[in-house]
Amino acid sequence: MTEFTDLSLNQLSEALRNGDISSQELTLAYLERIQEIDPALNAFLTATPELALKQAQLADASLSSWRRDPSIELSPLLGIPIAVKDVLCVAGVRCTCGSLILEEFVPPFNATVIERLFAAGAVLLGKTNMDEFAMGSSTENSAYGVTRNPWSLKRVPGGSSGGSAAAVAARMTAAALGTDTGGSVRQPASFCGVTGLKPTFGRVSRYGLVAYGSSLDVVGVLGRNAADLAPIFKAIAGHDPRDATTLDIPLPDMNLTDTGQRKNQATSPDSPLQNLRVGVPQEYFIAGIQPEVEKAVRQAIKELEALGADVQTVSLPNTEYAVPVYYTIASAEASANLARYDGVRYGPRVTNDSLIDLFRDTRGEKFGSEVKRRIMLGTYALSAGYYDAYYGQAQKVRTMIKDDFDLAFEQVDMIAAPVAPTTAFPIGEHTDDPLAMYLEDVFTLPANLAGVPGISVPAGFDDQNLPIGMQLMAPQFDEEVLLRTAYTYQQVTDWHERKPSS
Amino acid sequence: MALTIDEVDHIAELARLKLSEEETEIFREQLSEILDFASRLQKLDTSEIPPTARVIQPGGTLRQDVPRPGLELEDLLHNAPDTEQGQFRVPPVLD
Repeated sequence: MTEFTDLSLNQLSEALRNGDISSQELTLAYLERIQEIDPALNAFLTATPELALKQAQLADASLSSWRRDPSIELSPLLGIPIAVKDVLCVAGVRCTCGSLILEEFVPPFNATVIERLFAAGAVLLGKTNMDEFAMGSSTENSAYGVTRNPWSLKRVPGGSSGGSAAAVAARMTAAALGTDTGGSVRQPASFCGVTGLKPTFGRVSRYGLVAYGSSLDVVGVLGRNAADLAPIFKAIAGHDPRDATTLDIPLPDMNLTDTGQRKNQATSPDSPLQNLRVGVPQEYFIAGIQPEVEKAVRQAIKELEALGADVQTVSLPNTEYAVPVYYTIASAEASANLARYDGVRYGPRVTNDSLIDLFRDTRGEKFGSEVKRRIMLGTYALSAGYYDAYYGQAQKVRTMIKDDFDLAFEQVDMIAAPVAPTTAFPIGEHTDDPLAMYLEDVFTLPANLAGVPGISVPAGFDDQNLPIGMQLMAPQFDEEVLLRTAYTYQQVTDWHERKPSS
Repeated sequence: MALTIDEVDHIAELARLKLSEEETEIFREQLSEILDFASRLQKLDTSEIPPTARVIQPGGTLRQDVPRPGLELEDLLHNAPDTEQGQFRVPPVLD
């Protein structure tokens, strides 16, 4: 018997149309799987079975109407169960952001991305675990316990969208939304062996996304393969009048199989990536990178070459400054964004002694230590006497990092590199050393600082059977070339088909 | 560069965070180490480089400034720990 939960999103979409399974049956299958295996993984903070079954019932009704009248246009997401990182607001569903300060927060409205997914007929299975306010690279900073990596329960799933990545890897959902401020979609995708897209800054609405670093935050998608990401990305992307940072730039068709469409140049079936110039930045293959990661990513780049790509070396000389620039800017923005958690408008209130104690005690007690650390760091970087030396200087070096990308993209269409220096590390390995944890993000931060899109694609395993990801980055608003290249790569490799045993 | 306990207390005061003595000392050590690491940026000559505050150029996506429906008062107050007569309630600021 086919395990429907093992099928990809696009296969499920077809199965629903063919009537091989109903959305209600599929939703129940996922809900049962969550109930069965999530106690060991802790990928979900809130399951929403009632809402899911109601949505699935409506999807089945739409499918029936379509069978009677096939001229009705169907969204590929109709009846497809998805999971959503617990940082995006769903009306009436608790949204904790992995924090005690929002333990009982129930948003009265839907984020724009949620509204668009619901309009496309997607079914919400639940909200996934994350590092508190998306600050972390391991999901260990969740106030509700770490999520475990489905490939090894003793290891982290990456973060901060660790719950979403683990849920996709463990077949507890067809796909999931995450967010990526400094790598929070790509790095957990890499650690869990799934495919994860961080779109261009400004491509997807952040209305209803709880803010962390507002010049960096992007809503992204995690799924089993690149072809599965395309319909979700298409559904959520585009201008939103409620988010002035979204741009009105037309979305391409994203017909991933049509490789020759780009630039109207014909390509032969044997070399579908012909005419694609891929840059390999020397600064991403540095001392300290796990040898198996380097080997797998270099092998994957060879595959791209075998598919016809023109591979050349490029330089992103300011890569080494990405970590200090990011942690200065993101922390500064976080210190301002998180000022709103003050025990007045939402969340618990610890004391009523005086207004100042109300603020201090509530925030001191209900924020976790990484959140407090970044608020402190950001407050310092913005404070009188230090602003120019820290925040101002970081913004200037950010320009240098962005210029590196602009220059490289005059030479190549895409950059290929590792996602992270290592595979998933053991739970607890970096918890006492925040700086060591920050250094884990060295390869994912630059794309956020430059606002360019990136994708993490499964590209191998290390000798402990832990997944390795290859990262592709493209010029702003060219998510299509990322999805198409990842899709083409996945036609000739099967790393993305592997399934964890736990 | 090493932060002093007084400096950490001052930042915590600005950030409205109550820290235990133990937390203050841990943050003093960790923030000193992180700021030390970040200080490598100060060695770069950026005198000719403009700062980047946003990575995309906004392009005519601002909406018309016309009134539109917002959230209901009841929904807005729903998550508050203390309310009275349709408002957020806090301890008195003035004696």
